[in-house]
Amino acid sequence: MLNIAKYRDGRNMKITLEGRFDTATAPQLETIVRNELDGVETLTFDFEKLEYISSAGLRVLLAAQKIMNKQGKMVVKNVSDEVKEIFEVTGFTDILTLE
Amino acid sequence: MTESINDKANELTIEALPENLTAVTEFVDGCLESVDCPLKIQLQIDVALEEIFINIAHYAYQPGKGPATVRVDVSDEPITVTITFIDQGVPYDPLAKDDPDITLPADEREIGGLGIFMTKKLMDDVVYEYKDGSNILRLVKKLH
Repeated sequence: MLNIAKYRDGRNMKITLEGRFDTATAPQLETIVRNELDGVETLTFDFEKLEYISSAGLRVLLAAQKIMNKQGKMVVKNVSDEVKEIFEVTGFTDILTLE
Repeated sequence: MTESINDKANELTIEALPENLTAVTEFVDGCLESVDCPLKIQLQIDVALEEIFINIAHYAYQPGKGPATVRVDVSDEPITVTITFIDQGVPYDPLAKDDPDITLPADEREIGGLGIFMTKKLMDDVVYEYKDGSNILRLVKKLH
């Protein structure tokens, strides 16, 4: 189960994830990434309540990062130690901007 | 001691479909809780089993359907969990692939192979064999 909350303010978008970002739930966020980032220059993810991420979640984050590299910037905030370890072993700490 | 820790061995056979991932994860997590697995290691095991089970669900029996068996064994000193996946689909060794280059920038990165790479990194050992018409893949993880 993944709860997604999104807030759009002009060119800024913030997305808060809560729960598990896995094969079952990744398509929910993928839909947002593919359809709702037009005109967004700063995309901020808040992962404070994200418990789990698998490669299905990483795939969506990579897609979002590629889009934001062309039109602005993307920041990922409040990453837990467990999720951060997944970013570390996959080299995502070098791709993403973690704050 | 009257009971061997090996008595906690347990298995689940379920249709290899992506929507059954939750049932497989709950089954394995239940086994891990009974041996006081730390949450951090449980999450690492969840990531690895998701990659393996989803691979089986997507590829083993295409275009048909078939079962996968997931077995959890616990051994002592140090406490080590072995999760074995067995399917009778097409022979496929997921470990045969080259590891992805994880030093490339985002625009050059491709996601293929990342799941198996993560699985190898997060587990202490990953072993594949094809035997008597079955793919057998073992994830081995020490709990402490």
